[in-house]
Amino acid sequence: MYTEKVMDHFRNPRNVGEIPDADGVGTVGNPVCGDLMTIYIKVKDNRLVDIKFKTFGCGSAIATSSMITELAKGKTLEEGLKISRANVADELGGLPAIKMHCSNLAADALHAAIEDYYKKHEKGGVKNK
Amino acid sequence: MDHSAGRPVESRVLEAMLPYMKSSYGNVSSLHVFGQEAKQAVEEGRAKVAALINAGKKELVIFTSGATESNNLAIKGVANRNKDRGTRILTSGVEHMSVVNPCKFLTTKGFEVAFLPVDKYGFLNLEALQKELTDKTVLVSMVYANSEIGTIEPIKEISKIVHVQNAYLHVDATAAAGQIPIDVKNEGIDLLTVSSNDMYGPRGIGALYVKEGVRLEPLLHGGGQERGLRSGTENVAAIVGFGKAAEIAKEEMQAESSRLTKLRDRFIEGLLKPIPYSFLNGHPTTRLPDNVSVRYSFIEGESMLLSLDMAGVYASSGSACTAKTLEPSHVLLAMGLKHEEAHGSLMFTLGRYNTEDDVDYAASLMPNIVKRLRGMSPLTPKELRL
Repeated sequence: MYTEKVMDHFRNPRNVGEIPDADGVGTVGNPVCGDLMTIYIKVKDNRLVDIKFKTFGCGSAIATSSMITELAKGKTLEEGLKISRANVADELGGLPAIKMHCSNLAADALHAAIEDYYKKHEKGGVKNK
Repeated sequence: MDHSAGRPVESRVLEAMLPYMKSSYGNVSSLHVFGQEAKQAVEEGRAKVAALINAGKKELVIFTSGATESNNLAIKGVANRNKDRGTRILTSGVEHMSVVNPCKFLTTKGFEVAFLPVDKYGFLNLEALQKELTDKTVLVSMVYANSEIGTIEPIKEISKIVHVQNAYLHVDATAAAGQIPIDVKNEGIDLLTVSSNDMYGPRGIGALYVKEGVRLEPLLHGGGQERGLRSGTENVAAIVGFGKAAEIAKEEMQAESSRLTKLRDRFIEGLLKPIPYSFLNGHPTTRLPDNVSVRYSFIEGESMLLSLDMAGVYASSGSACTAKTLEPSHVLLAMGLKHEEAHGSLMFTLGRYNTEDDVDYAASLMPNIVKRLRGMSPLTPKELRL
């Protein structure tokens, strides 16, 4: 059902955890649907210098979360916003059709975290751009 | 440990079937010796299945292609043939999809279906049954015990209530038959679904017990086999195998069910005791001997299944992520569980070849699996975090 790449990320997920002093936090999904993920980012000089995740969900929800932290780390915020759901699925060698929508929320969570960062820094008047 | 999904064909069953797959291929309807030999084999198989459920006369057992067909034949067959008496059907919230979907289908054909509530253990709410049962009710379809939760329903009491009105009682005994004693006469059952593979017989064969006098319309029209209720040339080898499986199940039921019950309770304790926020689904004692259904808070079932699979243990889950529908098990939701609780369910069905070592090994894997997944989950409360 899952590719070896998906199973690898499920078995050994990268960057699990929280960042207590995160610059941006994005949460998407809902435990009612069976998938909930939170992504924490640390930003320096417009780059994603650290990124961590916490996920409740199935194998592909965990694997996509892990994969996006790998894809996004070191990228600029603009590059981070361009990472799509399809990029994540492709990098994992594909996901079962039924999982493409429900459990492929990691890109949305990353975008939400970046938006959160923008919002905080615009409000504080220290636009970090 | 996922036996409700599929069981191996017993070697004694296979032995009994082989002659009918090789040299003895007569058609039951033929008058010659070859045909009569097949007819005798089919009737012996029928008698063995009838004996398992105490049907009395073997002719009351109709062979079908399996439990799904038996449930469809019972529900649609009764509904279509008894429209003159009423169009109301009652069933419960803890039925298999092969009962749920024929009932839903009938609502598009002018029938009225009510899904009755169950309590937190999955027992049918008998007051609701009494209240919803009207003189227009033609059929009540109730599971004997659902394979996801194992809770054994009070069929005899249900039967008494149903028969106050002029309704028929259909019971889906797919998971229960062969494991616990069933007596259609004593329990007042009008139609009963039985499956072969669920008692280590071959797949593709099942049966429907139809009590004398029950009016039923066939799903398949043709040569008029099986009292005209199920046309189609008899699958002799499968019937012989089903009969043998029923015979073995009956003979060994007492010993096997007490062995499995001990194994089940040992497994449940091993799964729950070492782990906080873990719970049993279904009733602790009024429960099928093979059924172990638990849930762990803050994590999701499919990720538990994958983790067990990597260690060589096969189970199933009521989580949406393991279903084709993306909805968690309706059975667990009917018992009042929240969606996120149903997602965290894990089910095992034990079998004839499972041992204490098997269940101890599977249970020993869970603390680490749960700890790892809870460590990743944003829902895990602070006191459980590492």
